[in-house]
Amino acid sequence: MTTHNSTIAHIPESAWKRLRTRSVSQRRWSAYTLWVGVFIVALVTFLSVAAPVLGFTEPNNTDLTQRLLPPSREHFFGTDDVGRDVFTRVLYGGRIDLSFGLITTYVSLAAGLVIGAIAGYYGGFLDSIVMRAVDLVISFPFIVLILAITAITGPGITGPYVGVLAVSWALYARLTRGEMLAMREKQYVMAAQTLGFSTWRIIFVHCIPNLLRSNLVFSMSDIVLNILTLAALSYLGLGVTPPTAEWGEIIAQGQRNLFAAWWISTLTGFYVVFVGVGFSLVGDGLADRLGEDGGGT
Amino acid sequence: MLGTRATDESIAILRSQLGLDKPLHQQYIDFVSDAARLEFGTSLTLRTDIGSLIAARAKNSARLLVYSIIVSLLIAVPLAILAAVRRNRPADHLVRLFTTITFAMPAFWTGLLLVLIFSIRLGFFPTSGLGEGWINLALSLTLPAVTIGFYLAPVLLRSLRSSLIETLSSEFVEAARARGLSERRVLLKHVLRNSLIAMITVLGVNIGFLISGAVVVENVFSIPGLGSLMVTSIISRDYPVIVALTLVFAVIVIIVNLLVDLSYALLDPRIRL
Repeated sequence: MTTHNSTIAHIPESAWKRLRTRSVSQRRWSAYTLWVGVFIVALVTFLSVAAPVLGFTEPNNTDLTQRLLPPSREHFFGTDDVGRDVFTRVLYGGRIDLSFGLITTYVSLAAGLVIGAIAGYYGGFLDSIVMRAVDLVISFPFIVLILAITAITGPGITGPYVGVLAVSWALYARLTRGEMLAMREKQYVMAAQTLGFSTWRIIFVHCIPNLLRSNLVFSMSDIVLNILTLAALSYLGLGVTPPTAEWGEIIAQGQRNLFAAWWISTLTGFYVVFVGVGFSLVGDGLADRLGEDGGGT
Repeated sequence: MLGTRATDESIAILRSQLGLDKPLHQQYIDFVSDAARLEFGTSLTLRTDIGSLIAARAKNSARLLVYSIIVSLLIAVPLAILAAVRRNRPADHLVRLFTTITFAMPAFWTGLLLVLIFSIRLGFFPTSGLGEGWINLALSLTLPAVTIGFYLAPVLLRSLRSSLIETLSSEFVEAARARGLSERRVLLKHVLRNSLIAMITVLGVNIGFLISGAVVVENVFSIPGLGSLMVTSIISRDYPVIVALTLVFAVIVIIVNLLVDLSYALLDPRIRL
C-alpha cells in the first residue's frame, strides 16, 4: 500500500477508488503467495518422506539395460548413465537437502535470536564484542569459510553442517539485535522492568516472542541459501559423496552426460528451483501478513 | 605424503623440513611473519611457489569478477528502476517473480543450463576454459559472468528496489516534480544519482556473496582462477595453499570494503572522511 500523505487532498475520487481496490487485490495476492508456497513446501516434503510408499523405492538401483533413457511415464526425469531412476534419486536427495536446510536454519535462528537479544538488551561492551564477531563472520565469503572447514573435516556432510552453522547464526544475531535496540525503549518492556521482573524473564518472555516475526520471515530465504550451499559443496565433490543421492551430486553426475542426456542435470535443477521458490513464496506471504517489508538479504 | 611404508627416519626428516618439529606457537609466528612478506612457501602437490601460483590465477579471477559485476548491474539496475517506479503494479510483481526464481537457482546449474543452450545447441560460446587473445577471452568469460550475474542480481535487486522507493518519496524528488521537470529527468538526474551510494553499498556488502558465486562458477567452467585452485587444493589436501588462499580472500574483502568507504566521499560531497 502506498499513499502520498502530502498529496492526499489532490487525489480525485476515481483515483481513490483505484487505490482502495488495488490494496484489496494486493492483500488477496499475498494470501495466494503464502498458500501456494505452503502447498509447494508441503508437496516436496511429502514426496521425499513418503517416497517408498509411493513406489519410489531404490535410489541406487542400477540397471544397465535402462541407461540414459529420456523422460517418460516410467521415468519422470529419465535415467542416468548406470540406469538409476533420476526422479527417485531426486526424492531421496530431498531427504538430505530439506533436513539440512531446516536443521541448519532453525538451529542458527535459535542461537542468533538469543545472542542478538541479549546483546541488544544489555548493550555496551558485550554488544560491541558480539557485533564485531558478527561483522567478522558476515563479511567473509561464506563459501570460502565453509570450504576451509571442509578442508579440516574432509568430504562428507559434517563439513557443510559445521560450516553453515558457524556462519548463519550471525545474520539472525544482527537482525535481532537491531530490533532489540528499539524494543528496549518500548513501554511494555519498561513496564515489565518497573514491575521488577528479572532480566531473563523480560528477554525471554516479553521480547523474544516479538522478535521472532522478522526472524521467521528471513529464515525462509535462509533455508533456500543453505540448501543451495549444500548442493554447491556436493557439486564440487566436497559435500555429500557419491553414491548417496543429493541434489548437487545428481547435477554433478548429470554434467558428465550433458551432451547425451540433458535431462539429468536440467530437470533436477528445475526441481531445486521449484523447492526454493516454494520457500521464498512462504517468506513473501509471511512478510506481507506480518507487516514486514521485503524480508531478508 | 610419504605413503604407508615410510621409515621413521624419513618421517623425521620431512617433519623438520616442514617445521612440524617446532613448538606450535613458533610455527604460528613463522607463518605470520612469512605471510606478512607474502611468502607462503611451496605447494605440497604442485611443488611450486604459492605466491606466484596465486598471482597467476588471481588475474583470471579478477577479470571474471569485474565482468560479472557489470553483468549483474546491467540486470539489476533497470529491473529495480522498473519495479520501484511501477511498484505494486503488474511490472513490479513480474520483477518480484524474476527475483524469486533466480534467487532459487543454484549457480552451478544455471551455468550448465547456459552451456546447454548457448554452447552445445547454438555454439555461440566455448563450453569451458579460457580463450587466447582478448576476443576469445571475453567470449569464454561471457557465460560464467552471466551465470554469476543471475546469482548476484536478485540480491542486489531487492536492496536497490527499496532504496529507490525511499528516494522516490523523498522531498527533493517532490520538489523536482513540483518545478515541472519531466519524469525521465527526475528519474535520471535526481533519483538515480542519489541512489548511486546505495548501489555501491549494496555491492560492497555482497562482495562475499559475489566471491562465493565466483568460486563455484570457476569450477563449472574450469576457469583457472583462485576458486578452482581452492577446490583442487582441498581435494588434494594441499594445506599451505588452502591457508594462503583463505588469507587472500579475506584481504580482498577488506580492500573492497575500504574502497567502498572511500568512494562515498567521491560520490557525495556531503560526506567527508
